[in-house]
Amino acid sequence: MNKNYFELIRPGINTTFQDEGRKNLYHIGITFSGAMDKRNYLIANKLVGNNLNAPVVEFAYQGPLLKYTGNEINFVITGDVSFIIRSKGKEIDGNCYEVYKLKNNDEVDILSTNKSIYGYFNISGEFKLESKWNSYSINTKAKIGPNNGNKFEKNQKIFISKIFSDLNKKKIEYINTKIENIRVIKGTNFDYFSEEGKKTFFGKDFTVSKLSDRMGMRLEGPKIENIVDTNIKSEGLIKGVIQVPPDGNPIIMLSDHGSIGGYPKIGTVISADYDKLVQLSSGSKIKFKEINLSDAETLFKLYEMETQNLLSQI
Amino acid sequence: MIKNISNLGDAALYCDFGKEVNIEINTNVIKYFKNIKEKNIPEITNITPSYNKLIISFDLNKTNYSNLKKLIERIDIKNVKENPSNQINIPVCCEDKFSLDIKRLKEKSGLSEDKILEKFFNKKYFCYMTGFIAGMPFVGDLDQEIRVKRLDTPRVKVPKGAVAITEQFANIYTFESPGGWNIIGNTPLKIFDNTKEIEPNLINPGDIITFKQITIEEYKSFNE
Repeated sequence: MNKNYFELIRPGINTTFQDEGRKNLYHIGITFSGAMDKRNYLIANKLVGNNLNAPVVEFAYQGPLLKYTGNEINFVITGDVSFIIRSKGKEIDGNCYEVYKLKNNDEVDILSTNKSIYGYFNISGEFKLESKWNSYSINTKAKIGPNNGNKFEKNQKIFISKIFSDLNKKKIEYINTKIENIRVIKGTNFDYFSEEGKKTFFGKDFTVSKLSDRMGMRLEGPKIENIVDTNIKSEGLIKGVIQVPPDGNPIIMLSDHGSIGGYPKIGTVISADYDKLVQLSSGSKIKFKEINLSDAETLFKLYEMETQNLLSQI
Repeated sequence: MIKNISNLGDAALYCDFGKEVNIEINTNVIKYFKNIKEKNIPEITNITPSYNKLIISFDLNKTNYSNLKKLIERIDIKNVKENPSNQINIPVCCEDKFSLDIKRLKEKSGLSEDKILEKFFNKKYFCYMTGFIAGMPFVGDLDQEIRVKRLDTPRVKVPKGAVAITEQFANIYTFESPGGWNIIGNTPLKIFDNTKEIEPNLINPGDIITFKQITIEEYKSFNE
């Protein structure tokens, strides 16, 4: 038992396990969580032959330096990530979306994500983890999930309970594209904002602030003027909702957001743009474009078809 | 009884029960919430009741706004059985080291400490919703004379167990978190039990809450 494991020589900035997320618990204040970039999460599972809903390691900006002990194992990294594999004194520059083999004492050094935030590391097999409320996602703010709800620290070990060994080495070609125009459906409090404020929101550039994390993306730019009330009676939130607090700077709710909030909702990012939105690193410029519900539904179908096509190539 | 259903983005229904916050409207919200939850509709990923709104999120791969809206509109709430609400008593210690904002409460209300505590403890409360952080209950309504606004600058860390008030509501911080409510005391009772797989939260929407003042000695020996 526990003879196969990774040791985190360097933990990375925000290294956690994530899966599809935790359903049906908003009503008691437990947020959805789950992999920020769902497409890259799904590909990370498919490439190594795991179930599509299996937990994977998510990292942000800088990933971990992992030293492997155990029997030969396949692994893959997805996203836009620079990493090195060190094996018996040799160094190989790794490619994302390509499965590699690791032997005892090999190292994977996940240097950084390139002009993006999140990347995924996965093995062909199963990590030894305990689920919490039917999910393996770690929510570090609420301390929920494996590893007592904490991100991984230096010298911690990640144990492996099962290795799938009879797999071919797979790879696909995929390039993560960037977006600057975020498509948004008007929010339930859209009329709280002045005509000038609405024009500012749909048209002016906003910059992603450093104070963004898995809970929310804070934006800086021209202030959005509220002419009704800067507070509403607290009500439910969902991923992608854009709230405008009294200071006039919008905040986009991301996967670990609080379940309820009391700031007016100016809009909601469409589901089709969510995976690309979360990858916008601090300093990125974005613009919001208005879109109606039926176009948003069509765009989601197209996005899903593209994801399914990618998965079916594997 | 839902006044209007609209869309919140492309993957959620926004059910509006009215503008006001009162027990009647909130009881309707909770009825719908319980009824929809019992149906275990597989397309639904979350149902979030609040004072006067109900947000239903769904999996856009399985359904869409107009189909789910039709399904929700067909729900006949008249047949919902009334779940008896739980009555829960919360012990609260108001020693100086716990009642961090008592001075502010005295200034804003113009009442003495004794009077504030008397008005706070001498009342039955109704749980309108739980959330924001895991298991945090929002209960009301406070006596008119002790209704004060949020702190001007929220605290970065509110201690776990803090019992706090703002406007017509009281809440309990289930774990250490940022927060801007006026802290009146602290409870040694576990309001949210992380180790429970089922029903980790002690207080649910619709429950009746009373607060009981305890001494520092009772507080210290509570979990022994």
